[in-house]
Amino acid sequence: MVKVEQVWKSFGKLDVLKGVDFVVYPKQTFVLLGPSGGGKSTLLRCINHLEAIDAGRLWVDGELMGYRQKGTVLHEMKARDVSRQRAKIGMVFQRFNLFPHMTAIENVMEAPIRVLRVKRQQAEAEAEQLLTQVGLGEKLDVYPAQLSGGQQQRVAIARALAMKPKLMLFDEPTSALDPELVGEVLDVMKELAREGMTMVVVTHEIGFAKEVADGVALMDGGVIVEQGPPNQCLMNPKEERTKAFLSKVLA
Amino acid sequence: MGPSSSRPEAIKAIPIRHWGRWIAAGVIIFLAFLLAFSFVRNPHVEWQTIWHYLFSDLVLRGVAVTLELTVISMVIGAVGGTVLAVMRLSKNYVLSGVSWFYIWFFRGTPVYVQILLWGNFAILYPRLFLGLPFVNVVFASVDSNKAISIFVASILALGLNEAAYAAELVRAGIISVEKGQNEAAESLGMSPGLTMRRIILPQAMRVIIPPMGNETISMLKTTSLVAVISGHELMSNITISYSQNFKIFPLLLVACIWYIFFTTLLTIGQHYLEAYFGKGFGDKEAAAAEKRAMKRLQRKNGVDPGVF
Repeated sequence: MVKVEQVWKSFGKLDVLKGVDFVVYPKQTFVLLGPSGGGKSTLLRCINHLEAIDAGRLWVDGELMGYRQKGTVLHEMKARDVSRQRAKIGMVFQRFNLFPHMTAIENVMEAPIRVLRVKRQQAEAEAEQLLTQVGLGEKLDVYPAQLSGGQQQRVAIARALAMKPKLMLFDEPTSALDPELVGEVLDVMKELAREGMTMVVVTHEIGFAKEVADGVALMDGGVIVEQGPPNQCLMNPKEERTKAFLSKVLA
Repeated sequence: MGPSSSRPEAIKAIPIRHWGRWIAAGVIIFLAFLLAFSFVRNPHVEWQTIWHYLFSDLVLRGVAVTLELTVISMVIGAVGGTVLAVMRLSKNYVLSGVSWFYIWFFRGTPVYVQILLWGNFAILYPRLFLGLPFVNVVFASVDSNKAISIFVASILALGLNEAAYAAELVRAGIISVEKGQNEAAESLGMSPGLTMRRIILPQAMRVIIPPMGNETISMLKTTSLVAVISGHELMSNITISYSQNFKIFPLLLVACIWYIFFTTLLTIGQHYLEAYFGKGFGDKEAAAAEKRAMKRLQRKNGVDPGVF
């Protein structure tokens, strides 16, 4: 589903990604861990071309992201086609990024109506169903400012799901939440994983990784230091940096 | 552990007396009264004349034209300003350069001078042609004086000038929307145009409306400058009037009264506009949310909610 091959990314003189390789298979949940500044969020944002990569290749669902390949030459993709590619990928942000001038249900309906050209009534019905699924059936007509952080994040998840994506990306979804509210969001994510959604999650929640992840990778300094199944990577880490990171986080 | 069951007695302290404030207020009210009194009693103010001209034909027609000019110029200004702002923020260097140049030029000259330039347009280009350049092929032409009438010159001068100032306001509003909104919209597959229209501009309105309201109120008064090309708005008519009957002060007061009246109306209007665009950001939302839920249930059950 996601294939990342020798991807490099720099911001000005700073190299943030220095040759990253990994693969995520369909229906898998892949968790990226690591210290801040290690490049995890940047990598995630490269997957849906919010950031353009500088070297290497990135495929999602068999399609090269952001570029068209004609023979050996790469052409930049037109904005319209990039949008089309992004529509198949859902993203959930650390700061939720809900549209504050729209109610919860309007937030969820907006993209299906405008991008997928779904009829309004149908979009509304589906939005209602999604919001009920994440436990917010009573809060359909409320504005984001009236919702708690956990509720807002759940609306954000519903909003991403409304586009019926093949892949879901989570960028530290619980980092901005009060500890009591983290659980409700993780529950929604666990349910999604159970239902077979392909997910790439950047998080600090090791417990979540142990419980749900099919593959785990530790990123530090722009490279993947260690990757593998959670019981190997997290229980019996081979690399020094992995051990150091885990000991700090689990202390 | 909950709060203790019996609250101690509420504090009943004697408040600080601000004597200075009371005295100052008293002095100011007294002085204001003296000023008003002298004004009202002044024989040169001629209250009867003011009353006579306040609703006269000439004045009312002038007021109507002033309002027309204000509305049309502000529409041109707001629409033009939005277009210019989006151009200015575009990654296309041509668009952003053209926009920069326009703003630089139209903010670089006084609106008074711009009015004079448009008013005397026919001197520069006596006839306007529609055709191909350099090959003497003409499809249609028109006399500039007819095409650029005084009214058209007025709205062009005021509107195009306003667009330059509005562009900076709108740009500030657009920049004020946090980047995360763009990212969220793009990650949902929304095109840049769609994102701007549905997500960014509506949120930018919150920042744009107060200064735009200011601009509108200001425009109401700026229209008075077209008196220099004899546009037939309020000040033009007032000037014609007092140059004939020499009742300068009373007529100027008539103008003042009308300008203040409409400025007040616009200020009230702006208040409601701000409330509308502040939707979702304030209190009193629980009740509003219930209303919306009711409306949706009604829509679902096939009942037309109508207006309530």
